[in-house]
Amino acid sequence: MEIERRLLKKEALAGLVEKINAAGRKVHAPVCEGARVEFAPIDSIAEADLGYVQTTQSAKNLLFPRVERILSFKRRGGAMETADPDLSALPETVVLGMHPCDAAAIGSLGAIFTWDTQDAFFKARLEKLTVVGLSCAAGDEYCFCASVGLGPGSTEGSDILLTRLASGDFLAEIVTAKGKALVELAPELFLPAPAGADKDSALARIEKSFTREEAGERAKARFDDDALWDGQALRCLGCGACAYVCPTCACFDIQDEGTTSRGVRLRCWDSCGFPAFTIHTSGHNPREEQGARWRQRLMHKFSYMPERQDVFGCVGCGRCSRACPVDMNIKEHLIDLLEAKS
Amino acid sequence: MSDANVYKPSVMRIEKITEEAPGVKTFRLLFNDPEEGRRFSFKAGQFGEYSVFGEGECTFCIASSPTREGYIECTFRQAGRVTSALFELEEGDTIGFRGPYGNTFPIEEWKGKNLLFIAGGIALPPMRCLIWNCLDRRDWFRDVTILYGARTVADLVYKRELEEWAARPDVKIVTTVDPGGETPEWKGKVGFVPTVLEGMAPSSENTIAIVCGPPIMIKFTFIALDKAGFKPDAIFTTLENRMKCGIGKCGRCNVGPVFVCKDGPVFTYAQIKDLPAEY
Ligand SMILES: Cc1cc2nc3c(=O)[nH]c(=O)nc-3n(C[C@H](O)[C@H](O)[C@H](O)COP(=O)(O)OP(=O)(O)OC[C@H]3O[C@@H](n4cnc5c(N)ncnc54)[C@H](O)[C@@H]3O)c2cc1C
Ligand code: SF4
Ligand code: SF4
Ligand code: FES
Repeated sequence: MEIERRLLKKEALAGLVEKINAAGRKVHAPVCEGARVEFAPIDSIAEADLGYVQTTQSAKNLLFPRVERILSFKRRGGAMETADPDLSALPETVVLGMHPCDAAAIGSLGAIFTWDTQDAFFKARLEKLTVVGLSCAAGDEYCFCASVGLGPGSTEGSDILLTRLASGDFLAEIVTAKGKALVELAPELFLPAPAGADKDSALARIEKSFTREEAGERAKARFDDDALWDGQALRCLGCGACAYVCPTCACFDIQDEGTTSRGVRLRCWDSCGFPAFTIHTSGHNPREEQGARWRQRLMHKFSYMPERQDVFGCVGCGRCSRACPVDMNIKEHLIDLLEAKS
Repeated sequence: MSDANVYKPSVMRIEKITEEAPGVKTFRLLFNDPEEGRRFSFKAGQFGEYSVFGEGECTFCIASSPTREGYIECTFRQAGRVTSALFELEEGDTIGFRGPYGNTFPIEEWKGKNLLFIAGGIALPPMRCLIWNCLDRRDWFRDVTILYGARTVADLVYKRELEEWAARPDVKIVTTVDPGGETPEWKGKVGFVPTVLEGMAPSSENTIAIVCGPPIMIKFTFIALDKAGFKPDAIFTTLENRMKCGIGKCGRCNVGPVFVCKDGPVFTYAQIKDLPAEY
């Protein structure tokens, strides 16, 4: 559908949250928690911090929970009975104030969960989620959305994208049918957009250091350059923090909890950066060195995903670099990869 | 739920347990729900996720032949959490199973050819499925040769079947154990699989070689086959990267652009040469 432009007055945001809540939907928004900002459920707009640069955790938890029940089982008499979780009970949810990188990340996650076999858990959550994005007025030195085909005002993945204009009011771009349905909850708040509303001047300036295609080709070309990968990963601890905060990382483990008579089967976030991720039962490990694991992380996002799922697996949010305890910086490493002579 | 829960296993009953070797058992499994059993079909090379409820899932190939309908079999070595729990089970107990997953050996394309099966250790299960499948279609193929090796005589699995195959006039079978693994009664060869293979001087003419075994055996067997003139696309093997989902999502089995669980586990040597050596 063609994008429709409306004006949402700054004081109208509170009313919008009230209307959404009144319609029985949950609202999640960035909330200040001490030194960090994280997505959390809110009852009123006063709880939200819309001036944030980046949350520590991404909002992927809403679509792909850190720990999710995929089965429950119970022995009754001699027989084992299994049951699916009840996904019909999931609440309709609106995430408000998500930046464009995170909104675009939903497409990458979705590609993994639906490229082949359809993952009912992800799909049920996605169906109930409406994304009201918020353009970025400021970035920091870790952001590189412009280098991965996005930008501080891209509409990709948002159902509605808000941009705060110089006046403090919001330009609302209604991108999808889901966005339109949300407007219907409070149509009186969405005023006609003034003809001269200038979105571009309200956006952060994010430098474009490379293209994602270049990064992918270069990583592939230098695949066998062990010195490069081992050098970059020399200080990596294999702690997995980068994968946990990443909005597109989708590797998971499956584990049982309970007893052999009654319990649940869970899927939990995992990381290709952990040494045990690939270890065979014999003890043989196909990716023995941290350099090979770091290379896997980059190759998967910049080469394998585009090749197999037709999407890139990095949206340039910079979270992995901010979270890394030893200052691995994906943007700097990608620049290094592009510059280094082979 | 509009889409089915792809992680939900079928419940299967252990009909029969065979002790194959120290720490190695074969389960014959029947679907608890006969209707599920009737709908189920698979092909040689495919695998499944087997689970002990409360302990977790693990990956085994289906070791019985698709030509033997009505049940499936798996052969496994006791190794860690789930396999140890499986090891404790008795006939009549139930387990979970989801599958079949993965690609298959292109048996139809091998019609009119000689087949050379080369297996090492516990890697006979995927091969056993294929061997029975081919023997049940024996008239499709010309010479059938099996080379099977294990560390010691005690570690050889499927001993009854090895005898059955040896008794057939239309199968040539060579068994070997690693040096030091032989017993006074041992009548087979003594030596590592790749060395014994070289001694057999197999002809590559119109022949498909299928190799399953530990990574180190596979590596040296490829070299021996290469020397014997086998073309990379006439050599088949299975990769056994660690798996969880079995359906191309969890990322664990990803090697280069390939998901071993979806694009494999069956690969030709030609395909493997194009992959990063992360298997
Ligand atoms: C396609 C395919 C087919 C297979 N077919 C067969 C088959 O037919 N028969 C068969 O016996 N096996 C087969 N396997 C191997 C089988 O899947 C494993 O042996 C099994 O999953 C082990 O499960 P477990 O829970 O018992 O072991 P786990 O508890 O997972 O552990 C097994 C071993 O892994 C190591 N390990 C596990 N976690 C860690 C860690 N965190 N750090 C260090 N080491 C660790 C340990 O050495 C441990 O003893 C196959 C594998 C694949 C991928
Ligand atoms: S890899 Fe890093 S920069 Fe890219 S999307 Fe993930 S967390 Fe963000
Ligand atoms: S957060 Fe940093 S140290 Fe931890 S695994 Fe990622 S790159 Fe390595
Ligand atoms: S086992 Fe999960 S992707 Fe292959």
